[in-house]
Amino acid sequence: MSTMLELPRAVEDALRSVNPAASRRGFLKSSGALVFSLSVGAIPGAAALAQAQAQAAGPYPDPDFRELDTWIVIHPDNTATFFVGKTDGGQGTGTAFRQMMCDELDIAYDRTALVMGSTDTTPDQGGSGGSDAIERDGWTMRRVAAEARRVLLDLAAERLETPAAALTVGDARVSVAANPARSVTYAELVGGRRFDVALSGNNVNAARGEADVKPVQDLRVVGRSIQRYDVPPKVDGSLSFACDVKVPGMVHARNVRPPVVGATLRGIDESSVADVAGFIRVVSRGNYVAVIAEREEQAIEAARQLAVDWAPPAEAPFPASDDLFDYMRSVTPVSSNESRPVGDPDAALAAAEVVLEADYEVPYQGHTAIGPAHALADPADGQMTIYSNDMKSYGLRDGVAQFLDMPRERVRVVYMDGPQVYGRTAADDAGFEAAYLARELGRPVRVQWMRDEETAWDTKGPAYTFRLRGGLDADGRLVALEYDARAAIHNHVGYNDPETVLIAQLMGIRPARPGGGGAATPSNQYAIPNLRLTAHVVGLPMIWETPLRTGNLRDPNGPQVTFAFESFVDELAAAAGADPVRFRLDLLEGSAEDNAFRRARSIAAVRAAVERFGWDARPSPNPALRDNTGAILPGRGIAYTYRSGTIVATIAEVEVDRETGRIRVKRLVCAHDCGLVINPTGLEHTVECAMLHGLSRALWEEVRFDTEKVTSVDWATHPTLRHSDTPESIEVVIVNGDPNPDRPDLPPYGAGEASHKPMIAAVANAVYDATGVRLRRVPFRPERVLAALRGQGALIDVAA
Amino acid sequence: MAVVSLRVNGATHEVDIDPSTPLLYVLRNDLGLKGPRFGCGLAQCGTCTVIVDGVATRSCVLPASQAGGEITTLEGLARGGSLDPVQQAWIDEQVPQCGYCQNGQIMTARALLDRNPNPTDDEIRAGMEGVLCRCMTYYRIQAAIRRAAREGGA
Repeated sequence: MSTMLELPRAVEDALRSVNPAASRRGFLKSSGALVFSLSVGAIPGAAALAQAQAQAAGPYPDPDFRELDTWIVIHPDNTATFFVGKTDGGQGTGTAFRQMMCDELDIAYDRTALVMGSTDTTPDQGGSGGSDAIERDGWTMRRVAAEARRVLLDLAAERLETPAAALTVGDARVSVAANPARSVTYAELVGGRRFDVALSGNNVNAARGEADVKPVQDLRVVGRSIQRYDVPPKVDGSLSFACDVKVPGMVHARNVRPPVVGATLRGIDESSVADVAGFIRVVSRGNYVAVIAEREEQAIEAARQLAVDWAPPAEAPFPASDDLFDYMRSVTPVSSNESRPVGDPDAALAAAEVVLEADYEVPYQGHTAIGPAHALADPADGQMTIYSNDMKSYGLRDGVAQFLDMPRERVRVVYMDGPQVYGRTAADDAGFEAAYLARELGRPVRVQWMRDEETAWDTKGPAYTFRLRGGLDADGRLVALEYDARAAIHNHVGYNDPETVLIAQLMGIRPARPGGGGAATPSNQYAIPNLRLTAHVVGLPMIWETPLRTGNLRDPNGPQVTFAFESFVDELAAAAGADPVRFRLDLLEGSAEDNAFRRARSIAAVRAAVERFGWDARPSPNPALRDNTGAILPGRGIAYTYRSGTIVATIAEVEVDRETGRIRVKRLVCAHDCGLVINPTGLEHTVECAMLHGLSRALWEEVRFDTEKVTSVDWATHPTLRHSDTPESIEVVIVNGDPNPDRPDLPPYGAGEASHKPMIAAVANAVYDATGVRLRRVPFRPERVLAALRGQGALIDVAA
Repeated sequence: MAVVSLRVNGATHEVDIDPSTPLLYVLRNDLGLKGPRFGCGLAQCGTCTVIVDGVATRSCVLPASQAGGEITTLEGLARGGSLDPVQQAWIDEQVPQCGYCQNGQIMTARALLDRNPNPTDDEIRAGMEGVLCRCMTYYRIQAAIRRAAREGGA
């Protein structure tokens, strides 16, 4: 039985940079403690290890963001470790953080390491979310690194008896400009010791010292496609993920969920698992049930075998998914929000030459992580340590402390890599469950959800229905538009709140009132003279203990809203007999300027996409359709939007097989303007994957349920994008459409979600171009495409 | 419980387990390997893939007692301190995002190239079809397989 302790790779690296001789094995032998905790200002060698050992038992006070030492440690070997309060779901933000901090500190990238997201070693920057890692938190990182450089320069001036203005800095060494032979390294100035420099700022996002960041033109590491440091250990098998952690005495748990949503636990027959080898015990409270066993496969077996008596609920928790949209359209909204109209939409629609109306529908879609949710919690020493890939590790720590009624400083979350984290995933739920079970048992407990549990019970992106109306004048110009959306987003769960995790809900814990949830409106820079935007929140009958909990899923409302809006813009363009690009550019060019130069940058992005694609201006549908007697119908479609400051214009080239209903996306072109680019290859990869995630939602993903339970529970019943769906060509065009593209303060904007947003619409518009048939219901699975072709297919013959 | 003998990455291991235990849990929890990971337990996603006698095999549904051949895991691909050409191509193309499924992608690609050293694009898609990635790194995976075929002397 392996009992070797596993350290987060980044922590391990930091440990080695403190003391290269301190291999993981050596360290563990010397300490016997659970996890290395690098104390800022740590001194090398045995003392650091002793200090780490002392800290491993807790308590775990918060690193102070107002101390420079919290963020940066210079080691005696003239290397540096950066400590930041973010997490990296594999989009290369960790590498980008290092690049930004290296530039400001003036140190070579290879001399640095990065520690992220663990509550006792890194300052709380909130973990990940909202695509803000570079856009917001990067500024803090740059400022603290610039401050460290300033302090080092001052120390060097003293040491070299030369004014700072007469010194130069390069790669962790300060030299006298007139006599470079006189120099001093960062290590000689502060290696292994504390800076002891206070920072200012009312919150972590405002943390700064006296120094300013460099102008963009002086950045040398930023802008380079440095290879991600996390790739080799992910490829050679050496990286320890959160799922890999082993601690002495650990046991395994599996949950037992109600077979019918809303069922009440009547009783458990523990004798049903008495013959399962390694069975330890059943833990239950309220409707929460888990089994614990010595070995993982034993816990799985016990969970399958446990006889539990459930009383079904008096009323159905939700309508069946086939009836969902009718239900959403007919139910009284929980809340409605109508923005102040622009102009007079009613009068303008009444006077319009042509009025179009269309409904769109998007089902619930899930995270459905490739690795079901998991966590390991260790209650040793009266503390609680949770090994988790929760992207909001700091919130998990606070939430668990509250849930277990433990002092915050006795709880810590060690952040480690894990399956994809695009928002509020079930990693949050699993962290709470592991901690609860570990405390109940008094032993370290690892919990992992099963596939059906993950696919059925993870949080969902909200379902939407839309009704859009638009009016064109005699010249085909858009004169009025009404947008009316309904989102099934009532009681939308936030992050890390004890009341929102499944275990607490099943235990009957409720907040004073349900979470509100918000329905969204479109993001674009179109000039529409008469406009009304209305968004309603609707709820299902059951809002607690339900697998249809909604939570943030990658740009939480954007793909849905952009699908409806950009599809409708396309419908208007077709009704106007206009080229879809020209129609959009007319709307953009008429717009007033706004912040972040979104109008100019939107136009630049649309033009860049069009140019790369080789778009020939013509109305949709594709005129070749009339003479095409074959099965394969080609087409192209565009969609444009922005998210925060990031602009995207995406063009999809598709082929629709009219005999099978199968859509093949052949080529994607995305023009992407997120301002300052830290790592071009990293950005391109993130954009590619965000697009394909959107394509998966466009083509395949849908949560299915009857009136008792979710019925899409695995990769057969809940299909996802596969290798065969992958386009032959994906081109990311990095655009800088800023009116002053060379300005020294060019900001970076977020990139994790923006290109995910217009993908469904781009595909729908391309399918219309190919077939003349408009898909208004997501996802576009072959059977639904065939049905649409049959239903609307005036232009084409469809195999019966 | 019974003693089961396994050949993994060139070494022989004897473990005292229920012989029906899926190989995945033995590799991870008894032998301390991290490459194969739990994804579905249903042989649907490929995250747990190992190579058994040259065949990409789903370890989540294979009873340990029936894993009678030479088992290679992700940790066993490198030879003499050098990464397998597939692994190197994965780095050159910067394939992974979260990395959780990449074990299955790499192991399946390795077995595919062993069968067919110069696959066409269609053969790559077909050969990799059953291995899922929820970060959607498929485009780079396919590029890395083409690169490994081209450069790796596979």
